[in-house]
Amino acid sequence: MTTVPTVDAMTTASRTARHPSTLATLWRSTVGKKAVMAVSGLAMLLYLVAHMLGNLKVFFGPDDINGYAAWLRTIGQPFLGHEWFLWIARVGLLAAVVLHGVAAFQLSRRDLAARPSKYAHQRRRASYATRTMRWGGVILALFIVWHILDLTTLTVNPAAEHGRPYQNIVASFGNWYSCVIYIVAMLAVGLHVRHGFWSAAQTLGANNARRDRLLKLTANGLALLLTAGFLSVPVAVMTGVVK
Amino acid sequence: MNLTLRIWRQAGPDTPGSMTTYQVGGISPDMSFLEMLDTLNEELILRGDAPVAFDHDCREGICGACGMVINGRAHGPERTTTCQLHMRHFEDGDTIDVEPWRAAAFPVVKDLVVDRSAFDRIIGAGGYITAPTGSAPDAHATPVPKEAADTAFEHAECIGCGACVAACPNGSAMLFTSAKVVHLNVLPQGGPERASRVMNMVEAMDAEGFGGCTNTGECATACPKGIPLPSIAAMNREYLRSSLRGGR
Ligand code: HEM
Ligand code: FES
Repeated sequence: MTTVPTVDAMTTASRTARHPSTLATLWRSTVGKKAVMAVSGLAMLLYLVAHMLGNLKVFFGPDDINGYAAWLRTIGQPFLGHEWFLWIARVGLLAAVVLHGVAAFQLSRRDLAARPSKYAHQRRRASYATRTMRWGGVILALFIVWHILDLTTLTVNPAAEHGRPYQNIVASFGNWYSCVIYIVAMLAVGLHVRHGFWSAAQTLGANNARRDRLLKLTANGLALLLTAGFLSVPVAVMTGVVK
Repeated sequence: MNLTLRIWRQAGPDTPGSMTTYQVGGISPDMSFLEMLDTLNEELILRGDAPVAFDHDCREGICGACGMVINGRAHGPERTTTCQLHMRHFEDGDTIDVEPWRAAAFPVVKDLVVDRSAFDRIIGAGGYITAPTGSAPDAHATPVPKEAADTAFEHAECIGCGACVAACPNGSAMLFTSAKVVHLNVLPQGGPERASRVMNMVEAMDAEGFGGCTNTGECATACPKGIPLPSIAAMNREYLRSSLRGGR
């Protein structure tokens, strides 16, 4: 035992000599990289809650949601210019998606390499939400691209009326394949958040034995709320409630 | 009891292995799983075959040597070590699959024996306290709050068997490392090295090629000593706290 601290004192000395920055240390370790995933994931989650609530304005008619969309472009004025806030949010979200995706990719590769051979006796492991985080994440990434082409740039939108999201939404969900894409993606969001929210609490060290149940319940509640809220819009268009 | 066993046989670290089928009879339900394997090995030796190599030492559930995956579960169907698993938990005529721990950081040495010295190197990176040796310290010279003592004891129960790594789909050692980190970091005796301990042990864990945590929870389900999953959260908290304060 007496030799152990000596060896450690040597390695510690050489480590401090290198002085890696806090961020570099975090990004290099599995625990730190996972924390980056958790923080970027929670940032996107916060955005999704606001986005979902905003979408519900479609039920109050074209003027309501179109006016809301116009207002979004004026946030922060006159301190910020027209659409500045929107662009700041977009840059932040892009950073979150990229950090989240890159960390997910790098950690997943490492995880797969750490378990190279499978057991001959296979058992079903973990919950569906937990097992689908990787592929669910890929579905979400593809969806984000489609969603921007559909309702932001309006490239693939049948109506493509600038500044009139109500008309664009109704037009988009007039296509059955658009509805399928949104429904699949929103189910994927629900599953991702169901595991992700609790997992992020665990990753950031916010979980403990007393809070575990409450955090899992909150994760389920958030997942249900997001999925139901987002899905209400395509369902309303499909059933003619919104037209 | 009569059993069919499908056991992973591998002659050495670099030779390919395979599942091999054996019949074994005359097994008493009161035997431990290791005694059942002893019975098989006696027959194999009499036949002139090589006995199945497996690790074991204390055979009373405290050393952590006897890990193997039984029917896809680390240490088998009961929440205990393989040496404390009894054949009464199986039925006469069962087919039982027996495999070594599977993880890149735990290479197979032979048959069911894996090299777990990666765990020793993680411990060497910080799983100790620095204390003056010599005469024993006075009892209660350092008061330990009851809650800290309970938490430390709960985590000190870890026997380093590696079931957590074997059960984890990512071959991750997070539960093991968190047990060691939390055990010492909650105690006043562990205080002086609180930051360096977690930083160095996580770094050693990563360097050994263990995977990361996806919060799957298989580790805590498999742990024969009941180290709880929130321990990983506690280690993450220690790690983030230390690195945000400039580390070590
Ligand atoms: C770019 C597309 C995405 C990919 C490829 C992706 C992939 C992943 C993966 C692989 C994990 C780790 C799962 C695990 O450790 O079990 C994860 C966790 C997580 N994701 Fe995503 N995801 C994506 C988008 C999103 C979105 C849109 C949100 C917003 C709600 C989100 C929120 C989270 C959260 C909160 C976590 C938990 C982080 C943690 O475990 O500490 N993700 N994601
Ligand atoms: S032989 Fe020691 S724990 Fe099983």
